[in-house]
Amino acid sequence: MDILKKSFKKSIWVFHLSTAACNNCDIEVLELLTPKYDVERFGIKLVGSPRHADALLVCGSVNAHAKPRFLEVYRQTPKPCLVVAFGSCGCSSGIFRDSYSIVGPVDKVLKEEDPDAKIVYIPGCPPKPEAMIEGIVKGLEAV
Amino acid sequence: MKQTIIPLGPYHPLLEEPEHFKLYVEGEKVVDLDVEIGYNHRGIEKLSESKTWDQVPYLVERICGICSTSHPMAYCLAVEDLVGCEIPKRAQLIRVVVCELERIHSHLLWVGLAGHFIGYNTVWMWAWKYRETILEICEKLTGNRNHYAMFKPGGVRRDFNKEQIEFALEKIVDVEKPIRMLTDAILDDPVIHKRLKGIGVLTKREAVNYSALGPTSRGSGVPWDVRYDEPLDGFKDLKWKVIVQKDGDVFSKGVVRLLECFESVSLIKQALLNLPEGGAIDADIKEVPQGEGCGRYEAPRGEVFHYVRSDGSNMPYRHKVRAPTFNNLPTFKASCKGETIADVALITASIDPCYCCTERVAVVDKNNNEKILREKDLVKLSVGKTKNIMKKIGKTPALYNLEI
Amino acid sequence: MAKKNNQKVMKNLKKKLKKDIIDIVQPRENRIYMRVKPEKAPGIVEYLFSKYKCKLCTASGMDMREGIEIIYHLAKEDENMIINVKTLIPYSKLEIESIGKKIKAFRWIEREINEMLGVKFKGHPDMRRLLLADSFPKGKYPLRKNFKNSDVTDEDYDYERSGI
Repeated sequence: MDILKKSFKKSIWVFHLSTAACNNCDIEVLELLTPKYDVERFGIKLVGSPRHADALLVCGSVNAHAKPRFLEVYRQTPKPCLVVAFGSCGCSSGIFRDSYSIVGPVDKVLKEEDPDAKIVYIPGCPPKPEAMIEGIVKGLEAV
Repeated sequence: MKQTIIPLGPYHPLLEEPEHFKLYVEGEKVVDLDVEIGYNHRGIEKLSESKTWDQVPYLVERICGICSTSHPMAYCLAVEDLVGCEIPKRAQLIRVVVCELERIHSHLLWVGLAGHFIGYNTVWMWAWKYRETILEICEKLTGNRNHYAMFKPGGVRRDFNKEQIEFALEKIVDVEKPIRMLTDAILDDPVIHKRLKGIGVLTKREAVNYSALGPTSRGSGVPWDVRYDEPLDGFKDLKWKVIVQKDGDVFSKGVVRLLECFESVSLIKQALLNLPEGGAIDADIKEVPQGEGCGRYEAPRGEVFHYVRSDGSNMPYRHKVRAPTFNNLPTFKASCKGETIADVALITASIDPCYCCTERVAVVDKNNNEKILREKDLVKLSVGKTKNIMKKIGKTPALYNLEI
Repeated sequence: MAKKNNQKVMKNLKKKLKKDIIDIVQPRENRIYMRVKPEKAPGIVEYLFSKYKCKLCTASGMDMREGIEIIYHLAKEDENMIINVKTLIPYSKLEIESIGKKIKAFRWIEREINEMLGVKFKGHPDMRRLLLADSFPKGKYPLRKNFKNSDVTDEDYDYERSGI
């Protein structure tokens, strides 16, 4: 736990990954960068490669196309890392739960690869930007 | 100054698919293009068959995050076509208001992202800042910034009260001036003219061959707009016009979108001022008989088409959904040939797909050497080209603020 | 805007295509539904698209008791009319001539109907999967009525085929 506390003490860098999502959550994530909410003032930055990331922001539940790619990105992210299951689809697949195409929500797919993965759940469809900021802060505090 | 990089994504809503592009190149020029989609496939048509007629709007709203009104609207129109009922006037005008609000915020989103691709990050920030005002109006009127849950077959689910209407009228006037300022600044910029004109041309003939839709076809001189071609009763008394441009390049498509924002503002004002006093907001459909119906509506990206078939039970027998990007995506084959790799990101953005850029683009040259370019590589190439143009012209316009 | 006399389109179609139409109805002012035989359908649709200047909205496939019904939805914008061409392909011979080999607008929708319902389109230039992942099990068609959502789970996907 100590190493986790140390890694996340300063501002965290986030890598945004969209699996089978309707993209509403993705747009809300981008809105965090715009002048109204502006998370860059907290030091939260979106990075271009999973290798630089402290946290993985996953929007959408996981379908068959996305599953191997998602697990590959998770493997490339240096541990310790925080995985944020974003939105109803990320937390529980939402209304797409019964579909033939959806393999599972983020935690079910991730636990196959790494049972000890640290996951933060931010529910909502889509979560309001204020909820997102609160969710990430809570996740950091819990860690 | 720090650079803001947007990673894998940002995906636009809609088919909202990260897609995989394969570009075949000779040197710097693209000779052919292949698109693979399906990354966002969630089996919605199959899920519809296990939901009741009233539960389906919740499902179809989540097909796309930005066209989240157009899909329920087209679905409701399809069911109403099947049943053959008339919608009360107040409900029709409320529908017009919500749909046009969505159109403005979708176009502003596109303007921001297109600005980001050519290096005008200020445009991105400004466009999204004014977009926030529209989202505030949506939240006040419907309760949510996106996914409004306003429509049901037969009418709308919630009414507007006086206070909400006054708020909306006040704010929409506030937002008109900044949008006009942004539009004029963008349309007068010589660097943007050099950068966007003549790029990614889709000829009128190709637009018809591919049945392209929305601003993609209207930018090429094909005046298809469902609000005009199949006018809903709500639109019949409102004054507005279809915006068409002739050149078919990225600039024309951008102009169509910007000018449509003004038409939308005018439509919203007219609809709110002409709302009848009181009145029903729901035709109260009790039963959906056997039969079939087609419904279509003009989403910000083009025509959304829904077809429903009923066998008399309380669930659809078949529900077919066709989003506009399905018709528009294959047009890349025609509009990307002969262009440089630096322009590919811009051309893909110009059809405003429900996924802005892909995870990565694979580039194959004539010796069959393949390399992978990520989104940030494409953006870098595109921004580099803008910088070169500025050097040639010899000026840095006031709107420009490149931070590399 | 919509023209008032929409009987015009129905009359035109009956005149041009009289022998090929099994039946044709106009339940509403701007909707026409016509049924044709599978051998005649591609020719009629091509005529409507090219000569009659219709736009392709989409094509729906649906699983009926006797076979797969394909409906081509074409819109004639200047007359505010959607012309729906229905054809029923029997299970005994699930194939139809491809329109996508000549007209680009039809290519993707034919790929989708092929993977979702199992209809073969003869002569299509590029019959790869469109929406389903390569790892989706072969021989299963999601939109058929005998396919339930629970028929395919994570274990059935063959991820090695997706090449990651």
